Amino acid sequence: MAYALQQLINGISLGMIYGLIAVGYTMVYGIIGMINFAHGDVFMIGAFVALIAVLLLQLGGAMDGPAAILLVLLASMAVTALYGWTLERLAYRPLRGSFRLAPLISAIGMSIVLQNYVQISQGARVKPLEPLVRGGVEVMRDGPFVVQFSYVQMLIIGVTLAVLAVFTLLVTRTPLGRAMRACEQDLKMAALLGIDTNRTISLTFVIGASLAAVAGTMYLLRYGVIDFYIGFLAGVKAFTAAVLGGIGSLPGAVLGGLLIGLIETFWSAYFSVQYKDVAAFSILALTLIFLPTGLLGRQEVEKV
Amino acid sequence: MTRAESRSPSARRSDGEPHRPSRLLLALKDAGLAALVALGLFAPVVGLRTDVAPSGGLFLRTRWEDVAILCGIVFALRLTLVLWTGRRGLRPSTAPGPWTLRLQQAGRLFAPALLAVALALPFIPGVGRYELDLGILVLTYVMLGWGLNIVVGLAGLLDLGYVAFYAVGAYSYALLALNFGLSFWICLPLAGILAAFWGILLGFPVLRLRGDYLAIVTLAFGEMIRIVLLNWVSLTGGPNGLSGIPRPSFFGLSFSMSGDPDTFAGYFGLEPSPLHRLIFLYYLIFALALLTNWVTLRLRRQPLGRAWEAMREDEIACRALGINITTTKLSAFALGAMFGGFAGAFFATRQAFISPESFTFIESAIILAIVVLGGLGSQIGVAIAALVMIGGFELFRELEEWRMLVFGGAMVLIMVLRPRGLVGTRTPSVALRQKRLIGANLIGEGKG
Repeated sequence: MAYALQQLINGISLGMIYGLIAVGYTMVYGIIGMINFAHGDVFMIGAFVALIAVLLLQLGGAMDGPAAILLVLLASMAVTALYGWTLERLAYRPLRGSFRLAPLISAIGMSIVLQNYVQISQGARVKPLEPLVRGGVEVMRDGPFVVQFSYVQMLIIGVTLAVLAVFTLLVTRTPLGRAMRACEQDLKMAALLGIDTNRTISLTFVIGASLAAVAGTMYLLRYGVIDFYIGFLAGVKAFTAAVLGGIGSLPGAVLGGLLIGLIETFWSAYFSVQYKDVAAFSILALTLIFLPTGLLGRQEVEKV
Repeated sequence: MTRAESRSPSARRSDGEPHRPSRLLLALKDAGLAALVALGLFAPVVGLRTDVAPSGGLFLRTRWEDVAILCGIVFALRLTLVLWTGRRGLRPSTAPGPWTLRLQQAGRLFAPALLAVALALPFIPGVGRYELDLGILVLTYVMLGWGLNIVVGLAGLLDLGYVAFYAVGAYSYALLALNFGLSFWICLPLAGILAAFWGILLGFPVLRLRGDYLAIVTLAFGEMIRIVLLNWVSLTGGPNGLSGIPRPSFFGLSFSMSGDPDTFAGYFGLEPSPLHRLIFLYYLIFALALLTNWVTLRLRRQPLGRAWEAMREDEIACRALGINITTTKLSAFALGAMFGGFAGAFFATRQAFISPESFTFIESAIILAIVVLGGLGSQIGVAIAALVMIGGFELFRELEEWRMLVFGGAMVLIMVLRPRGLVGTRTPSVALRQKRLIGANLIGEGKG
C-alpha cells in the first residue's frame, strides 16, 4: 500500500512532465497536422538552458530560494521559445502546404541537427547537477518504508498546474487563443476571415516550446542528470501521451501524459525496469488500434 | 516585394514621388535581425559551455568568439540570400524543373552508366580496401532504400521502423549460424522469410492506421524490437552483441590467407589476398540489390504492384474496385521486410559482429530519408540519393562529430528546396500508347 502510494506520487510528477511536452505536440498537430518530431529535442534544449542558467546564478551566488528557480524557469522558457520560433521559421514554414512527408523528414532532420548541435556545443558527457531542492514531507510510514512527497515533486506538480492554468486561460480567453482555435478548425477559412495564420502558427510553436522548456527545467530539477539524447525518448513518450489523450485535445494531452507517467512508473516498480519503454510503446500501439481517436479526441469524419 | 511596398502610403514622400528604400538597406536590416536572433540562440548554448570539473561538479566555460563567428556567418548568409532571392527567401518547387527533366532524359544513359561503374568498381585501378568498403556500404543502403521503397514509395505506407526488419535479418542469420552451424546460403532465405514473417506480424495490427499514426506506431515497433534485443541477454548477448559470426564462403571455398587447395585463392591458383573476400562481398550485395530492384520493377507491372500503386493513390476507390486492402498492405510490408532481412543477413556476415547499437532509430530515419530524397517510388532516384547521402557522409569523415549535423542539415535543406525529392518525375508503370513523364506533384503520396 505504502509502496503503491509512493509510486503514485512518482508517477504523477513524471506524468506532469510528459503532459507538458505532449501539449506542444498536440497543439502543432491540431493546427498544421504534422508531427513536430523535433519537439523532444526542444525539450532537451530547455533542460540545457536551465542548467546553464542555474550555473550562471551559482556563479553569481544567487542560486537559492524560489525566486532563483523562477528566474531559471523564465530564462529557459525565453531561450527555448526562440528556438521553437526559429525551428518553425527555418524548417517548417517553407514546407507548409507541400507534400505530406516533407515536413516529417524535415522535422527528423531538424531533430538530428539539434541533438548534434548540443552534443558539439555542450559536449557528449552527461551533466550531473547537484540537487537544488532537497528534502520533502513524510506522508505515511509503513514499517521501515517511508512514503515521501519530496519538495521537488511538489514543485513539479505546482508549477505544471500553474503553467497549465495560464495556458488554458490563454487558449480560451484571449484573442490569440481564439485565433489558434480558429486555425485548428480550418486554416484556410481562418485566413479568409483575417487571421494572420503565419503569426498564429509561429506563436503556437513559441508557446509549445516554452511549455517544453518548463518540462525541461522540471526534468533537470527532478533527475539532475541530462545529456543531449534525453529528447528522443521523452519526445516519443510525450507523443504517445498526446495520442492516448486524443491528438488535438489539450486536456487530453495532460491526461495522456499522466497516464503514461503512471503506467511507466508502476510497470518499472512491479515488473521490470528494462522493459518500461516497451510498456509505453505497447500502450501507444494498443490505443491506436482499439481507440484511434484517443480518450478525449474527436471522431474524424472522412469525406470522399 | 517592391509592389507591396510602393503601394503602402508610408513609403511615399510628401511630393507624391514613390520612395523605395534601397534594396541593400532592407537586406541589411533583415540580416541584422537574423543575426540578433542568432545571438539569442547561440549566446546561451554555444557561448556558455558546461564542463564537468575533475572534482565532479560542473563549471561554465565562455566562448564568446565562437558566438560572434556564428552570428557573423548567419548575417552574411542572410544578406546573400535576401539580396539574391528577395525577402521571400527560398521556395520549394515540386513541379519537374528543367534540370530534373534533363536528368530524367539523361537517366536513360545515366542508369546503365552507373550500373557499369558499379559492376566494374573492384577492377578499376586505384580502388583499394577503403573504396570497396565504401561501395559495400553504399550498396547496402541502396538495397535498404529499394526495399523500403516498396512500402513507402509504391504502397504509400509510411514506415519509420524499417530498421527492425534489418535487425531481424541480421540476428536471424547470426543466431542460426552460431547455434546450428548453418551456412550463409541457407540462412539468407531463412533470414528473409523470418523478416517477412515479422513484417506481417507487425503489419497486421496497423492495418487500420494511416499517415502519421502509422509512422509513429512503426517507430514504436522498431524501438520495441531493439529494446528486446538489448535486454534478452541469454539469447542475443544484450548490449555486448553477438560476435564471431561466420563469414560467407564462395561455394564452399573459404577466404583464408593460408592458400590451401580448399580455399578460394588456393583453388583458383591466385595469390591469397584479403581483397578477395571484399570483392566477393561487394558482388554479393550488388547482386542482392539488383534482385531487389528487379523484383520491384517486375511487380510494378503485375496486379500486385498495380494494386499497391492504386492503394497509394486512393485507398477508398481501391476498395470500391474490389481490391483486397488487407492482403495488398500485408504483402507490401512482407516484401519490404524480406529485402530488409536479406540486407540484415548480409550486414551480419560482413561485420561478423552485431549489436543492438547498429539498429537504432537513426538508421530508419536515414533509410527513409534516402527514399524520400530520391523521390518516392523512383528506383534510380533512391540509388542516387544513397550515393549522395552515404558517400557524402563518408566524404565528411574528417569532420567527425560535425558530420551528423551536416547530414541533418542537408535533410532539411533538400526538403525545403525539393520536397518531392531529387528525381521529381516518374514514368508511369502502365501506359496506353506512349509513356510520358509525370511530375511528382501529380502523384499521390498515400495516406496509409
